[in-house]
Amino acid sequence: MNKIIAFSFSLLVLFFYFSFILIIGFKPELFGILVGDSYITVGIVIGLFVIVFSIFITFVYTFISNNYLDKIKDQLNK
Amino acid sequence: MILFLAFFSLFPFPVFSSTGQSNYFAAIIFLIFVIITLLITYFASKKTNVKENYYAAGGKISGFQNGLAIAGDYMSAASFLGISGLVFYSGFDGLIYSIGFLVGWPIILFLISERLKNLGKFTFADITSIRLEQSKIRILSSIGTLVTITLYLIAQMVGAGSLIQILFGLNYEIAVWIVGLLMIIYVSFGGMIATTWVQIIKAFLLIFGASVLAFLVFKEFSFSLSNLLYEAVSVHESKMEILFPGKLISDPISAISLGIALILGTAGLPHILMRFFTVPDAKSARISALYATTFIGYFYILTFVIGFGAIVFLSQNPLYLDDTGKLLGSNNMAAIHLSHSIGGEIFLGFISAVAFATILAVVSGLTLAGASAIGRDLFVYVIKKGKANEKEELKVSKFSSVFIGLLAIFLGIFFEGQNVAFMVGLAFAVAASTNFPILFLTISWKNLTTNGAYYGGLIGLVATITLVVLGPTIWVEVFGFQNAIFPYKYPAIFTVSISFIAIFVISISDKKTNKFENLEKFNKLTRKAYLGKL
Repeated sequence: MNKIIAFSFSLLVLFFYFSFILIIGFKPELFGILVGDSYITVGIVIGLFVIVFSIFITFVYTFISNNYLDKIKDQLNK
Repeated sequence: MILFLAFFSLFPFPVFSSTGQSNYFAAIIFLIFVIITLLITYFASKKTNVKENYYAAGGKISGFQNGLAIAGDYMSAASFLGISGLVFYSGFDGLIYSIGFLVGWPIILFLISERLKNLGKFTFADITSIRLEQSKIRILSSIGTLVTITLYLIAQMVGAGSLIQILFGLNYEIAVWIVGLLMIIYVSFGGMIATTWVQIIKAFLLIFGASVLAFLVFKEFSFSLSNLLYEAVSVHESKMEILFPGKLISDPISAISLGIALILGTAGLPHILMRFFTVPDAKSARISALYATTFIGYFYILTFVIGFGAIVFLSQNPLYLDDTGKLLGSNNMAAIHLSHSIGGEIFLGFISAVAFATILAVVSGLTLAGASAIGRDLFVYVIKKGKANEKEELKVSKFSSVFIGLLAIFLGIFFEGQNVAFMVGLAFAVAASTNFPILFLTISWKNLTTNGAYYGGLIGLVATITLVVLGPTIWVEVFGFQNAIFPYKYPAIFTVSISFIAIFVISISDKKTNKFENLEKFNKLTRKAYLGKL
């Protein structure tokens, strides 16, 4: 179970990151679109999202592992 | 203690030949930092006669403290000054680097951190040698470690020399010597305990300084990102182009390749990996990765704001520009000049001192990682075949730290004035193509054999160095040839594949290894990796 969570979380992060990178590689102009009537571009929003998401998912993983998986492991150890 | 006093008498106050108020203030802050860290080193030195304390701070660092220390190791002067400078120069492109540097962290947490803690003691070779043949795998791991940290050290030392030269008006060589000698003292006397605390203090100062700087920028635009970007666009010569990806990465292969180098490279940096041995258990290892990710992510958002702030406040201000309209000192000085423009002399002094402390802390971590590779992996397990006592081991490690420190000083002076920025990239590429594949396959692939890891890892190492030398960064920019033999600036997509394929093919065709025994060792390792016990 630990393995499944670890790998699926990794894939999720890699998916977001490589989508970001591939857009930069293939369609950079897509990131130049302005959001609403501000000067913030789609690229900046997505970029900041990737950062915030990375922090968020490390929090989720640590929370699940430290509160649930560790208890199961303790039982297995016994 | 005598050495400490001798050191102080070598560099008394007048060394900082201050020309302005800011230099004077910076010198005072920096001296306070040095005095505090030397005191810590002195107290730490009473404990570093034990292996556990010297290499891993006795496993007594808490998750939060270690998270700060890791963030400190990672937020080098190169990333603070370099990324804000890159944003100043080309806007959005700086964000591509930041994000690449950051997303390695969740991956380290999910796949590596707790297993590292459960399996290893002091170096990452401790893990690979659980199931693979000691001497071969230790040789390979130490080569990987030493190549990575040497490249990284050169880049940091050269950066340190020129930065301190500009900030404090010190001679380049003296600056390199100060950094080198201080780091030798921290590492050889204080080991991991001192190195960790130096790192924690510096990380705190850096996050604080960058926060204030970004806050001051934001305040000018009534806390509106849109206003900041609007002003930046109206003064930058590339106009709207600074808001989306541009000149830095021009094709998909480079984009993916850079991404791979940054993510997998982070997971293969020896001075970062060894930090996970300083906490008591797997739980704190996870917490350290969580805090590290949070601090680093927050820090990169700050550098983005600082870079755009620098565009607005510096690019039209003749005070910070030379005759050709370029930023004084280079684009890397963007954050430093901004601190002066927006916060005045005293704040400039503070940020300068923080930059100096940053360099010092990062080189210390690198030196310790190198010293452990020589003292533990090479001396104890390769030369002495595991039969050295603790005293001998520590003696060799401590002497190695002095040796690496002197080597760093020498190389720093040798490479003066040269463009060494590519060395950090090369260090990441080597870490991604050698250290990471061996470590990752050791904990996750049951058919890995010693020969597969050894020869495959070496092939990955050689391929990386070859492709970087033949690529545009060295062949064209350093050697001055017209066209690069290998067209891509970032070779990781190729070298990581070469390394994985080589390890795979050699392991599969390795007839000498006893398959049954190998599998049994792997099962044992997996159990320990997850449960923390055999």
